[in-house]
Amino acid sequence: MILQHLPVLPLLIPLIAGILLLAPPLATTLQRQRVAGLVFALLQLLAAIGLLLQVQQQGTLVYAMGEWQPPFGILLVADRLATIMLTLTSFLLLCVQLFSSANDDQQGKFLHPLLMFQALGIQGAFLTGDIFNLFVFFEVLLIASYALLIHGGGAQKTLANMHYVTLNLAGSALFLFALGIMYGTFGTLNMADMQQRAAHINPDDVQLAKSGAMLLLVVFGLKSAMMPLHFWLPRAYAAAPAPVAALFAIMTKVGIYSLWRVHSSIFGDDAGELANIAEPWLWPLALLTLATGILATLASKTLRSLTANLVIVSIGSLLLMVALNTIESTTSGLYYLVHSTLATALMFLVAGLIINQRGKAEDRFVQARSVAQPRLLGILFFLAALALIGMPPISGFIGKALMLKAALASGQASWIWPPVLISSLAALIMLSRSGGTLFWRARGESASKVTSHPAQLAAVSLLVIALPLMVIFAGTITEYAQLAAQDMKAGLNFAKPLSTTVPGGDGA
Amino acid sequence: MEFTFSLGVGVLTTAGIYLMLRAQTFPVILGLTLLSYAVNLFLFASGRLTINGPAIVGESAQYADPLPQALVLTAIVIGFAMTAFVLILAIRARADLGNDQVDGRELPPRRTAVEEALAERIDKNQANSKQTRDKRKHS
Repeated sequence: MILQHLPVLPLLIPLIAGILLLAPPLATTLQRQRVAGLVFALLQLLAAIGLLLQVQQQGTLVYAMGEWQPPFGILLVADRLATIMLTLTSFLLLCVQLFSSANDDQQGKFLHPLLMFQALGIQGAFLTGDIFNLFVFFEVLLIASYALLIHGGGAQKTLANMHYVTLNLAGSALFLFALGIMYGTFGTLNMADMQQRAAHINPDDVQLAKSGAMLLLVVFGLKSAMMPLHFWLPRAYAAAPAPVAALFAIMTKVGIYSLWRVHSSIFGDDAGELANIAEPWLWPLALLTLATGILATLASKTLRSLTANLVIVSIGSLLLMVALNTIESTTSGLYYLVHSTLATALMFLVAGLIINQRGKAEDRFVQARSVAQPRLLGILFFLAALALIGMPPISGFIGKALMLKAALASGQASWIWPPVLISSLAALIMLSRSGGTLFWRARGESASKVTSHPAQLAAVSLLVIALPLMVIFAGTITEYAQLAAQDMKAGLNFAKPLSTTVPGGDGA
Repeated sequence: MEFTFSLGVGVLTTAGIYLMLRAQTFPVILGLTLLSYAVNLFLFASGRLTINGPAIVGESAQYADPLPQALVLTAIVIGFAMTAFVLILAIRARADLGNDQVDGRELPPRRTAVEEALAERIDKNQANSKQTRDKRKHS
């Protein structure tokens, strides 16, 4: 009974959880909120894993909300790509929830409900089968992220948030313009339906449809911090509280996911005149994103901004994989996406621990008093750094190796190898320098007395454990990712109505 | 009708973008609002413009496409919420940062020629009155 409704659970659980966390019995004490938040996050992870297993057995699941049939009803589509992202999101939410239960939730109100609403928006964006609901869920995740970013207050956060909100509102306006054009030319907003109609679109409308697709590229570029549209990211991520920044690690990936859905599937190889419309733009933009990411990495002054700039580097690599647009590149991109999300989240959380213990110097690369637990934090930092650089024992190495292999297979190695390898070198230089400064260049004063909370350490160790697990199960994960990539290439196959009793058939 | 409509959308968009490129939060928010009006109008037109047609399929031979109306409704609701949020945020930024510049930094005052002359005259007057006051004190 419940298995049948599994695709809707990743939306219902955070929605109900968020509302319950705002209502009296849970909202009265922080302790209750923490426990309930953890329980809900755990439930959500279970639902996501259940969905993953079910999709693995039965293939793509389509859930028609209220039994309204496509192409006009609202569809939830749980295919392999979506379930990978869902599992990743719920795992990340669990870690973040655990981490914030230590003391971050005391600095402002409503952190736990906001985390839930944020998860609702992200998971909705992954699950939705039509492009207008993609917009709606974008807005849900955005408005939660606006509030989360400013959590705890302070001039720095307000300033970063002002830019972030304004840019995203402008982005939303562009998104709606693009949607209007899409509906005007395609006559539908259902992704699968759009894909079928893309090939035989009215020749008069081709230019219009192209401009719509390019507008969507701008919107997703803004979301994923593509090169000229990435300026909001370093400041926002560096100002956000540690657990929030860790959860934001997946927000840029929502943009990459949408690029895959829209520009690799809808405007994919079979789209006639609209085929692969974004590709000539994605190549230079991806390379430029990588280049600016590398430069910004070398110029970072705090650990958080360094990590934020490494997010841009990882986005550059992922954009290259989107632009390459082969099955191998998508497979490696998916693996690297999961890895880089976990690794950057880990680094943000470690930065949070370091900030707690280092007093006024926070995470700036300056001489300061030493941290209270140098050995523990040093090891955690070292592991996170290894993952971010892409050094052998941890999953970053496999991710990067897969990407390089995909580039070699498609004959574009000369374009992709140098930037990806140089980015690793830059990360290596900056992370070893920053590690040296943070842990060794200590002043003679006594170390601070603040130690890390067990909940924080538990959250961090969850992420630390996940990285080697990704190495051990690399075969299983890449296999699944490869199937997801093949699905993506084959196109979206949920356009047909679910039952034959519906009058009108597919597409009116 | 199409021409008037598209002109309206175009003017609103232009004004919105112009205002959004200002460096102060209040014009930026006004620009965002104008832009969202333009977006709503544009979405409304995406199902083609129809006169005297109800937005219900099967009610009459000629009907307006109901889907864009549903889209516009959603977009309006979301747009309102977002504008309300950014407005409150701007007020907060004004309080936190002490000015309403988008970058949080005060720009040097920019004056027109008339204001410049006025300011000069005021300065001179103040200096004069101070002189007379000093003279009175001394005498």
